[in-house]
Amino acid sequence: MSTVAVIDYGMGNLHSVAKALEHVQPGVEVWVTSDAQKIADADRVLLPGVGAIRDCMSEIYAQGVDKEVAQAIRSGRPFLGICVGYQALMQRSEENGGVECLGEFEGEVQFFGHDHTDAQGERLKVPHMGWNEVKQTIDHPLWKDIPDNSRFYFVHSYYVNAVRREQVAGMCTYGNTFDVAQSHNNVFAVQFHPEKSHTVGLQLLKNFLNWDGKP
Amino acid sequence: MALAKRIIPCLDVENGRVVKGVQFLDIRDAGDPVEVAKRYDEQGADEITFLDITATHEGRDTMVHTVEKMASQVFIPLTVGGGIRTCDDIRTMLNAGADKVSINSAAVFNPEFVREAAQRFGSQCIVVAIDAKKVSKADEEDRWEIFTHGGRKPTGLDAVEWAKKMVDYGAGEILLTSMDQDGVKNGYDLGVTRAISEAVHVPVIASGGVGNLDHLVDGVIEGKADAVLAASIFHFNEYSIPEAKAYMQARGIEVRL
Repeated sequence: MSTVAVIDYGMGNLHSVAKALEHVQPGVEVWVTSDAQKIADADRVLLPGVGAIRDCMSEIYAQGVDKEVAQAIRSGRPFLGICVGYQALMQRSEENGGVECLGEFEGEVQFFGHDHTDAQGERLKVPHMGWNEVKQTIDHPLWKDIPDNSRFYFVHSYYVNAVRREQVAGMCTYGNTFDVAQSHNNVFAVQFHPEKSHTVGLQLLKNFLNWDGKP
Repeated sequence: MALAKRIIPCLDVENGRVVKGVQFLDIRDAGDPVEVAKRYDEQGADEITFLDITATHEGRDTMVHTVEKMASQVFIPLTVGGGIRTCDDIRTMLNAGADKVSINSAAVFNPEFVREAAQRFGSQCIVVAIDAKKVSKADEEDRWEIFTHGGRKPTGLDAVEWAKKMVDYGAGEILLTSMDQDGVKNGYDLGVTRAISEAVHVPVIASGGVGNLDHLVDGVIEGKADAVLAASIFHFNEYSIPEAKAYMQARGIEVRL
C-alpha cells in the first residue's frame, strides 16, 4: 500500500489535499501528520501551506518540520510542495518585512505590489486569485497528460523568482511573468493549488502518486 | 492570455436543502446541495459559494456535514458564508473543507473580527460580504449604504468607504450584493460594483439580480468585477455554466473553458 505524508504544521486546510489524493487513488494511505517517524516512513511527502510566510516558517521551526523536510528531500523520495509550501523551499521571502526560508531552491519570493498593472496599464488585483494558464517549460512526469497552458487555480500575493532557470518547470503571466513550478531531482513544487484545480489539478496529484522521484 | 474572470454559482442552503428566494422571500426548493455542487463542478464552474441561511443549531450542524461531503467530491474552491461570527466558526468551516469563509453582519457589528480572522487564517480565506443599497436620490451624486438583516436595516455606513476599510483590515476578497437588485433579475447594480472594484486592490465578486447572460457580461465589463455570482439562472436550468462562459467569451471576456 502506497503512503503519503501530508506535513501538518498547523497552517491551512489540509483536508482538501488529503481528500484529493484519496480521490485520485482510492486506497492510498494519506497521513496528515507532523510526526517525524511517519514523515520518514511515508513513500511520498507533501508540504502544503497557506497564509503568511512568517507564521508558516515559525511553525515549521517550532515543530522541527525543517529537519523533516530536509531529511525527506535527501532521501530521494518523491516530494511535492504546494503554494506557501513551495515558497518555503526558497531562500528568502520579502513578505512580513523579510523572512529566511529553507533554501532548498535558490531564489526569492517577491511581492506583486498594490500598483500591479498589465502591459496595457490596466490595474491588476492582488492577490492573484483565480484560474490562470501555466506554461510548461520542461517535460516532467508530473505534467503527464496535462495539456500545456492548462488553467490552474491560484491564490497568492507573492511569487517565486528562481535563480536556477533550468529547474523552472512552469511559468505564468499576470502583469509580469513568474515561476509557478520548479523541479530538482525528487522535488517538485507548485505555486497553484492542484487540489482545487479540477481535472488538471487532480491529474497532477495522480502523477505525483505514480512518480518514482526521477526527473 | 490573462487571468480568467470567474463564474460562481451560489447555493443558498437552508436546513440541508438549496433554496432560492426572491428578495429573501418566496423560497423555492432547488435540490440537494452536494448534488447541485457536483453538477456545477462537472459543468466547469470556477468556484462554488454556499450561503447558510439556516437560523437553528441543527441546521448549522447539517451545514458542516454538507460542506464535508461536498469537499470530498468537488475539487474547486468552496466559499462558505452565513452566520460566521467567531474564529471558531471559521475554523469549523475550514476544517470541514471550505477554502474561504464569507463574513457579513459580524463584520459590521465588530470590524476587528475581520482583522483577527485575517491575521489568524490569512487574508486569502477571508471574504467580506457587503450588502449595499443605493440611497442617493435621482438628482444627487450616487451613494450606496451598507444594510444588514437581509437588506432591512440601514447602518449609515458608506459602501465604498466600508469596502476600503474591510480590505485594510485584511479582507482578501469582497462579495458585493446589490440588495435592491437581488432576486429581481434586472442585473447587478453596476455603479456600486464599479465604484468598489476601482476603490480596492483585492478581487470583487458581483452578486445580486442576474436574470440573463448579458448581466454577467455587464458585471465584468461595466462593473469591473473580477468574478460574477449568480443563483437562480443556473439552479432552474435557464442557462448552463458552459453557455454562460461561451457567451462571455464571445464578448471578449477571458474565461476558463
